Amino acid sequence: MQKTNSLINAKALLAVVAAGAVAVSIVGVPAAASAASSSCVDTKSKTIKVGFVNSLSGTMAISEKTVFDAQTLAVNEINKAGGVLGKKIVVVSEDGASDPATFAQKAQKLIQQDCVAAVFGGWTSSSRKAMLPVFEANNSLLFYPVQYEGLEASKNIYYTGATTNQQILPALDYLKTKKLKKIFLVGSDYVFPRTANKEIKAYAAANGFTVVGEEYAPLGSTDFTTIANKLKASGAEAVLNTINGDSNVAFFKQYGSLGLNAKNCPVISFSIGEEEVAGVGLQYLKGQYTAWDYYQTVSSPANKKFVAAFKKAYGATRHTSDPMEASYAAVNLWALMATKAKSFATDDINSVSKGIQFVAPEGTVVVNANHHITKTPLIGIVNGQGLIDTVWKSPKPVTPDPFLTGYSWWKN
Amino acid sequence: MDVIIGQLFAGLSVGSVLLLAALGLALTFGQMGIINMAHGEFLMIGAYTAFVVQKGIADAGIALLISIPVSFLVAGIFGVLMEELLLRRLYVRPLDTLLVTFGVSLILQQGARDIFGAPAVEVRAPDWLLGSLNLFGTALPLSRLFIIGVSILVVAMLSALLAFTPFGRRIRAVVLNRDLAEVTGISSRAIDRLTFFIGSGVAGIAGVTLTLIGSTGPTLGNSYVVDAFLIVVAGGVGKLAGSVIAAFALGILQAGVEFQTSPSIGKIVVFVVIIVFLQIRPQGIFSFKTRSLA
Repeated sequence: MQKTNSLINAKALLAVVAAGAVAVSIVGVPAAASAASSSCVDTKSKTIKVGFVNSLSGTMAISEKTVFDAQTLAVNEINKAGGVLGKKIVVVSEDGASDPATFAQKAQKLIQQDCVAAVFGGWTSSSRKAMLPVFEANNSLLFYPVQYEGLEASKNIYYTGATTNQQILPALDYLKTKKLKKIFLVGSDYVFPRTANKEIKAYAAANGFTVVGEEYAPLGSTDFTTIANKLKASGAEAVLNTINGDSNVAFFKQYGSLGLNAKNCPVISFSIGEEEVAGVGLQYLKGQYTAWDYYQTVSSPANKKFVAAFKKAYGATRHTSDPMEASYAAVNLWALMATKAKSFATDDINSVSKGIQFVAPEGTVVVNANHHITKTPLIGIVNGQGLIDTVWKSPKPVTPDPFLTGYSWWKN
Repeated sequence: MDVIIGQLFAGLSVGSVLLLAALGLALTFGQMGIINMAHGEFLMIGAYTAFVVQKGIADAGIALLISIPVSFLVAGIFGVLMEELLLRRLYVRPLDTLLVTFGVSLILQQGARDIFGAPAVEVRAPDWLLGSLNLFGTALPLSRLFIIGVSILVVAMLSALLAFTPFGRRIRAVVLNRDLAEVTGISSRAIDRLTFFIGSGVAGIAGVTLTLIGSTGPTLGNSYVVDAFLIVVAGGVGKLAGSVIAAFALGILQAGVEFQTSPSIGKIVVFVVIIVFLQIRPQGIFSFKTRSLA
């Protein structure tokens, strides 16, 4: 019996490992390098196809489902108003499953099999980096709606979220005015937090900050006991949080249980928006800082309309957040570009995109030559209702500077 | 000094979480030989049960205490359903249970997504678990102490059940030699069903405690199921004591390495240690000595 038992278990373990390996090898082949084929987009019919690629499953679903909803809202509104160039938009949606290789594969499928005119979506920088070669090889367009670490500008991607100088640098400037200069960096272990922290450390060195700790946890990690212990022992005055997805929940619960709070060691988060507050837990987040370029509480006619339309479509308890607003703006910007170009072809759109303006819920946004958009940074505080109030607003809109060329302390 | 105590405590609390996640598996995998990939989803069911109970009962503390028995029952019933509908047909082909239960796990995840939505839901912790206890200058989070307490209680109850009750004796008899047990008049069907009920139910309890430290979402089980298998295999199949030792040893090891290096390295070191350990002692920490020929 004993022998059979251990045999079965050894076999079982092997089988688990083998199954895992097969799964990895299936999804781990991003068929990115196929030859650039001429576009198969159908521009003759009465409709025009676009693709959505968002994680509807996995650790990022908590965030990306909300972007999917906002994109859908934008498409429905445009269709109601008559579509783009007289064509109704038809959406083909794919699940990126929180896995960069899957994103690349689905993007390839959307471009080559579904022949979509443009793709909207992606959240983690790993997913964007995985999709980038696919869009460049096929000369197709991706609209990426999330704030990110900068240092990138592809002619096949429009970055409608903030780059570093529109989110992270203003947050550091804000901490400087608050005289919170002993900082602790905590993030998920992938490209965005690692790169963002490199930039934060360069800024810190030039501005008299002390970085008292820098920790990374695997994406999806649920154990922050050790990191929280290190944070508490470090004597940090503020935490810069680049954790993504539902790991934030575990981090804040552990942080709170050690007696840390918004008063004695505030956290400024770069990836927690209104939609995540409920999932993380309001009791842990109340009073904590966030850095974005849009909050649901922004008072503008365009935002009132956007929030009302979103709640009407998805329920009164839902909230709107920065990446949702940026993805809503992305669909509208694409429609405006295509209208101006009188074409859905990538090159035609790229040739007219500079200077395209849209009155977005966050304010008027302008597309720059580097495919990023001009935005107004806002620092906010989570209030008792789970919404975020603006406590500081940039005096004027900030031009995107993804490569930080305007900052003498940055040498890549 | 306080850092060492803090990390030792961190190791104990990581270990107790792993142990709670693994205990149910120690019964179903350890005793019955079923490779239950859906074990993580029973954790998830327990966590969502806590969420539903909290919807009905406003007081977070009472809701938490009530959801422990309720989720034991709910997860247990799911376990029995799976055993009755699928697994009992596969006892002669234990390796096939891997694929079947993996399918069940995907179905349960999607079910949770359809019912509760893809974003994580909020389960509030009661006020009396929010703070921390100060011991020798180290802050020990109350929620972690609570989880350690629950895991000790569950282990004690399971051990007593196996050691002193007629039911426990029958389980041990079936594990040691199924045919001989049947010859003596034990219904191995009834025992299998009950073992699965208890194993899944314990996973449900673990799920409730997980809401105190992590997020409650459809994929909650994914992060724990692999660790749970590792602990049962390293601990030695068929003995609860092995799982207990393995869980705390791995917890302390991981917390220690993590403190010196980083969480990713900590995970790698744990895997390497387990692989090396199983090379030296393939049967795990403990194993049954039997005269059975099977």
